[in-house]
Amino acid sequence: MSALPPYASKAQIAWYYGFRVICALIFFFLIVPILVIIPLSFNASDFFTFTKEMLALDPDGYSLKHYRDFFTNPDWQQALRNSVSIAPMATLISTGLGTLAAIGLSQSHVPFRGTIMAILISPMIVPLIISAAGMYFFYSRIGMQGTYWGVVLAHAALGTPFVIITVTATLVGFDKSLVRAAASMGANPVTTFFKVQMPLIMPGVISGGLFAFITSFDEVVVVLFVGSASQKTLPWQMFTGLREQISPTILAVATVLVTISIILLTTLELLRRRAERLRGMSPG
Amino acid sequence: MKSMHTLATAAAATMLVASAAQADEMTIVSWGGAYSASQQKAYHDPYMANNPGVTIVNDESSAEAVAKLRAMDEAGNVTWDVVDVVASDAIRLCDEGLAMEIDPATHLAPAPDGTPAAEDFGDLLVSECFIPQIVYSTTFGYRTDVAEWGGKSPSTVCDVFDTATFPGKRSLEKRPINNVEWALLCDGVAPEDVYDVLGTDEGVAQALAKLDTIRDDIIWWSAGAETPQRLADGEAVIGSTYNGRLFSVIEEQKQPVAMLWDWQVFDLDGWIIPAGLSDERKARALDYIYFATDTQRLADQAKYISYGPARKSSAPLVGKHADLGIEMAPHMPTDPNNAKTTLLYNYEFWADNRDDIDAKFQAWLVQ
Amino acid sequence: MSTMTDNQSGPMLAADGTPLKVSLARALRRQKIRAFLLIVPLLAFILISFIAPIGDMLFRSVENGIVPETMPRTVVALEDWDETSGEAPSEAVFAAFYEDMKVAMEEKTHTKLGSRLNYDTAGIASLFRKLRKPMGNIDETQPIKPQFIDAEEDWGDPEVWQTIKRLSGYYTSSYFLSAVDMESTHDGIQMKDDFERIYLTLLWRTMVLSVAITVSCILLGYPIAFLLANLPLRTSNILMILVLLPFWTSLLVRTSSWIVLLQQEGVINDTLVSLGILDDQGRLELMYNQVGTIVAMTHILLPFMILPLYSVMKTISPSYVRAAKSLGANDWTAFWKVYFPNSVPGIGAGAVLVFILAIGYYITPELVGGTSGIFISNRIAYHISSSLNWGLAAALGVMLLALILVFYWLYDRIVGIDNVKLG
Repeated sequence: MSALPPYASKAQIAWYYGFRVICALIFFFLIVPILVIIPLSFNASDFFTFTKEMLALDPDGYSLKHYRDFFTNPDWQQALRNSVSIAPMATLISTGLGTLAAIGLSQSHVPFRGTIMAILISPMIVPLIISAAGMYFFYSRIGMQGTYWGVVLAHAALGTPFVIITVTATLVGFDKSLVRAAASMGANPVTTFFKVQMPLIMPGVISGGLFAFITSFDEVVVVLFVGSASQKTLPWQMFTGLREQISPTILAVATVLVTISIILLTTLELLRRRAERLRGMSPG
Repeated sequence: MKSMHTLATAAAATMLVASAAQADEMTIVSWGGAYSASQQKAYHDPYMANNPGVTIVNDESSAEAVAKLRAMDEAGNVTWDVVDVVASDAIRLCDEGLAMEIDPATHLAPAPDGTPAAEDFGDLLVSECFIPQIVYSTTFGYRTDVAEWGGKSPSTVCDVFDTATFPGKRSLEKRPINNVEWALLCDGVAPEDVYDVLGTDEGVAQALAKLDTIRDDIIWWSAGAETPQRLADGEAVIGSTYNGRLFSVIEEQKQPVAMLWDWQVFDLDGWIIPAGLSDERKARALDYIYFATDTQRLADQAKYISYGPARKSSAPLVGKHADLGIEMAPHMPTDPNNAKTTLLYNYEFWADNRDDIDAKFQAWLVQ
Repeated sequence: MSTMTDNQSGPMLAADGTPLKVSLARALRRQKIRAFLLIVPLLAFILISFIAPIGDMLFRSVENGIVPETMPRTVVALEDWDETSGEAPSEAVFAAFYEDMKVAMEEKTHTKLGSRLNYDTAGIASLFRKLRKPMGNIDETQPIKPQFIDAEEDWGDPEVWQTIKRLSGYYTSSYFLSAVDMESTHDGIQMKDDFERIYLTLLWRTMVLSVAITVSCILLGYPIAFLLANLPLRTSNILMILVLLPFWTSLLVRTSSWIVLLQQEGVINDTLVSLGILDDQGRLELMYNQVGTIVAMTHILLPFMILPLYSVMKTISPSYVRAAKSLGANDWTAFWKVYFPNSVPGIGAGAVLVFILAIGYYITPELVGGTSGIFISNRIAYHISSSLNWGLAAALGVMLLALILVFYWLYDRIVGIDNVKLG
């Protein structure tokens, strides 16, 4: 797929460019819903509509009022604070426990491995509405419904499968002789873990952690049931917004979040490059 | 020893403060959006000004209120103090013992002229547990600039079913309630016979058959904000929603939309207090209800949103819109000009038949 | 191994003098314990915070304690009543019922019972709600049955008592019967009338739409994964951001955005009309139908296809294709006979993942699917938060979950859950 050889036939050249056009179209499909929300978030009207003024590029058709609403409305600010306090805690729990379990699962001779794996993956495959209702009834009974920790634990459970999957994947490529080498040189298991294993599986842990974070940050169904007013997160506020009063503030929030996502993803990519240099693989 | 003592006192004091803070937080559940904002201005803010010790926390869970209250009751841990629900939900909560009974004579303010509350609210006290705030209606709005209509505009609810004269998409709520009544009215059933007809399998089939005639032109909605968005977009040319949403589209957003009040369906929205609160919380919730449902407060809410106050004595006090400065009375669903033909949501009938007719309606939808 | 050691004169010894077999077994055991200790915290956490709630929820699909607990005497008395007789039960049943309801009305549980019975036979809820009227005027010295029927003649309807008798056990199959569009009457179990069948249709539609979504994800995901896997890492990682960005944008926002794009007055139709491709009257219906659901869901799930596919393709050595070409295969043959078979595990992994996730979605179909593009999860959500028929919601949930577990099992057999990679 790399550069086209000089001896390529006409058909090969046509295919080379044709294929790239197809891919560009698919990338366009992926990105167009995000491109659409950015101009709409500067809409001067209170609907999700490209008004005549906007299409005519009339400055009156545009405004920053939805951004102002997001940054000054106490409801949105509270929701932002809640999201920011819930998601990292949930991520911490799911990443911590998930990484340990993935290391455990990667050892040879784990009894009932298949069953354990199925249980740990289950939060990803059980339909959200079933999870939400189940956790809701159960957490109500044990007094966790409507509490900060109730939401955190629920989100942590939903995030773990991603950590398990990504960390297991890095461990598949992990050379166990490194651990043995460290041990033979007198390192105890804890030192070995932090000095040898941890740096190498770090990319998997980070990307699993980011998945877990986004799971919590974008989750609406479970928090709607398990949370109460004082745990109202951004997606919940968006959901109420869509249901009760359509307002492009949602799109302004999304634009802000997309910007943050781009920053996060770029950071992730930089981390990956660093990790690969550490692993001694070619940076490509 | 002394430091120990100080520590213990400090700890005890902190705990006291903490529990006091807990006690003075009152969770009020409502719908969110413009409706909650109107309650904040008309009820919560003045109440908190009168009672500086109380903080009101808003929870926007009214849409899931019955499910959540039932689960809270199962778990024996009710965290809500006052809940805003529609009347049908209030009746269900009262039936199941999830809401406490409120005696209008002792717990509600009389009208300024001394009329007892029970008389002031009149027929609108549809359940022992329910104190209505507003009368709202589900009615139609239509776009005024549809070229294909050739200058005509819909004048009766049956024009919704007339796709020949008024072509275009209709936005209807994805549930049988209201839609089947309108369908029967437009299929020649006399208004007084509607529920007798609907009580039979044939009647339900007749209503669904009428809806079937416009099936391809219907876009269904499940959230109140969808019809206003569709009308503003031109995605739908006529659609049902709550009258307050249409007011906002027409008067606040200045969209080319007009009201069609014909056979609007009245419904009530109001307060319940969950059963099983501690005496202290119950007393505070009752105090709030006494304040928030008096004549002046109900009239105040109409300044912010175009729903009719539930007390007769509030009607003359309804003034001008707080921001727009227009008279609100002509925009009330209860205004005589708007209320020429109306239905009142039939609580009894739907409590019995909702599950059954809904199953048939949903089966029809997926066909 | 054992035969080998048996043949030797003495057991092999480890450095510390213990038999090697014992020493190895001990090391193995220690290793197992260590692995287990690492897994236990998460396992316990998931079991308590997730599996227990799900189990608890699903148990509601058979649980029916409310009937025997609220009317214990009536249930016993009804055992002697012949439900096929076509007549209301005897005085004894009414007397027992009267006693039960005195207690129930005291505790306000009678209306809950009425709602439960109403799920099976419409109209019973109001009989129980209006119990105060017949109950209030009973003269206990006189026979109870005629007084009840005089006050409210529907209490003489055998169908009411048939329903109570049918549902008198602590466990019931009635929710599951409803979930497969069947009902149990005194004539036995039968399918509901045509116009009341819904869940099997919906379940089938959920499967068909999920397959359609999976197929479109494969068609769109394969070229992208192929491109990413064959570009230099730096370029592909930048393009990967385009794949991940939508993935990380709120589901609600992306769905709203599709509404703006797809509706009849939306961006796509407007563009086509202004380019003169479409007539203003002939705008396409891209939303509130299955097209809307498929397009929006494909967009939402596409990254779940691309990521596993990409990680499999990364492992396919370019030398295979080169070898094929050097042996005379043209580009197409080399791709189709060599590269493609190697990428099939990736397709399998992505397809099952997408399918499993698609089958359980409900917010997007609710907003863009109209009536023909909704899923069975939408009905589950409806029964949980609106109709409050939690038993039926649980029964539908069990069916959906069973279906998903079958696919998970297939997935694990064909692909192995360890081989899923997300980036």
